[in-house]
Amino acid sequence: MEYEAIIGLEVHVELKTKSKIFCSCSTSFGAEPNTQVCPICLGLPGTLPVTNRQVVEFGIKTALALNCQVASYCKFDPKHYYYPDVPKNFQWSQFDMPIGSNGHLKINVDGEELVIGIARVHMEEDAGKLIHIDGPDGGYSLVDYNRTGVPLLEIVSEPDLRSPAQARAYMEKLRTILHYLDVSDCKMEEGSLRCDANVSVRPRGSSTYGTKIEVKNMNSFRSLQRALEYEIERQVNLLENGEQVQPATVAWDESRGVTTVMRVKGESSGYRCFPEPNLVPIEIDSAWIERVRQELPELPDARRQRLIDDYGLPLYDAEVITSSKELADYFDRTVALYPDAKTVSNWLMGDFSRLLNAHNLEPGQAPVPPQELAALLQLQQEGTISGKIAKQVLEEMFASGKGARQVVEEQGLIQISDAAALGQIVAEVLAANPKVVEDYRNGKTKALGFLVGQVMKATKGKANPGLVNKLLKEQL
Amino acid sequence: MTITAAEVERIALLARLKLTPEEQAAYTEQLNAILEYVDKLNDLDTSAVEPTAYILPLRNVFRDDLVRPGLPRDKALAGAPEVSEGQFKVPRVV
Ligand SMILES: [Zn+2]
Repeated sequence: MEYEAIIGLEVHVELKTKSKIFCSCSTSFGAEPNTQVCPICLGLPGTLPVTNRQVVEFGIKTALALNCQVASYCKFDPKHYYYPDVPKNFQWSQFDMPIGSNGHLKINVDGEELVIGIARVHMEEDAGKLIHIDGPDGGYSLVDYNRTGVPLLEIVSEPDLRSPAQARAYMEKLRTILHYLDVSDCKMEEGSLRCDANVSVRPRGSSTYGTKIEVKNMNSFRSLQRALEYEIERQVNLLENGEQVQPATVAWDESRGVTTVMRVKGESSGYRCFPEPNLVPIEIDSAWIERVRQELPELPDARRQRLIDDYGLPLYDAEVITSSKELADYFDRTVALYPDAKTVSNWLMGDFSRLLNAHNLEPGQAPVPPQELAALLQLQQEGTISGKIAKQVLEEMFASGKGARQVVEEQGLIQISDAAALGQIVAEVLAANPKVVEDYRNGKTKALGFLVGQVMKATKGKANPGLVNKLLKEQL
Repeated sequence: MTITAAEVERIALLARLKLTPEEQAAYTEQLNAILEYVDKLNDLDTSAVEPTAYILPLRNVFRDDLVRPGLPRDKALAGAPEVSEGQFKVPRVV
């Protein structure tokens, strides 16, 4: 039988506010344990939380960018659960009135555009961090409440995803949008962007859903895809063997490449949510929504279309360039100085990206500013340096932070376009390779490539390739 | 409105309270007495009153996104049952 997977993603994103959602503690990452806490985020009795306005702004902004309806009225509700990562034994979240609902985003998978529904976007507080220590009597756990109360948005997709590749594309697109909005650092490895998946399988064509499994602990795009592939195969195998899928929460084990059961799901209505009387409800009027809408940046889909319309870039190039806001900004600034957009795009997708990866940098951190990349391309276009040397120069610019012209001058890399000087070298190469010359004259035209290579070697790559070809043909 | 012993058992479970059968019976009786008392509110005519979860007519009370110092760590940990490495030490949960 053929099966299909039904996948929905719950994404938690830490917002980049300076202070926490309901108190004035710092949200900065990496502080000593329990040094960014106060009576409010420790849940001490008698304290009065007050909502951080910036969190609501970020919530509206994100809801709008994800094509959601923004609630005209919303509130917070305590969600009760017993686990020491929440000191109050509940988490302030939004239960029945999320700030955003009924949205969507678009993904492209295998050349096909899909619209993925977004059920809701809601605001809530993050929990603390636990470390489990082995020891006698079952060991113990240590709790750090620095992260408790850091603002989160939870973004819940509809169960519209049908494959691990689609789930990954959705997650990548969501991260790109959040980056463009500048509401989060979106670092999956540091936990500022987290993802849980609900996945079930059913015979293809069936209209009912199978039993849902919740998958946690996927810390990268790669592990999201791998975990879903594994989980889908596991569920299909169970059904094929006539067994049933038991509802459960499972954790992905990246090193072993398997999911393991964390807990079997029991009744789920124990959260006891109700309107939190200590947190004042929020009214969002149309003027507020319109103001935030006006402030929205150009979003990835619109920007991709602009690169196609204004610069004639192919769809593929436009996709790659706009998948990172920083890269797209870099592209815009370079093209303003060096208007051959396709050449800029080729360099950005090729050597520039390769060097960023090699130096482990984001585009915005490149030691080569846009005007220097433009200068380099200009030097190549004028014929001052060859394309091959240009790659070498860019490498040196990345390593030293020096400008294009400076590197070219210091290293004496100016292209040799002097026919007399080059003619001399060509003659020497021909004299040193009589056998190859003979082959060429006997019709082995491929021998020319070898001779070009020899001239390039003799000039350390500085010879003008067009001129070398011309001179070789003349002297042969 | 009456509450059954089974409901009290479930509430106790959710609140992580371990009740003896005697306590369970006593609390069932007490909770019912409280609910009966609160039930008196039903004698009032509230048909013209909007239901609300809030006692004050407040909306949109916000703070600016500013950082202020919190508690010194020793104060923050003062109420902890046990402390280790600057952290709250609790029975292992997983
Ligand atoms: Zn605090």
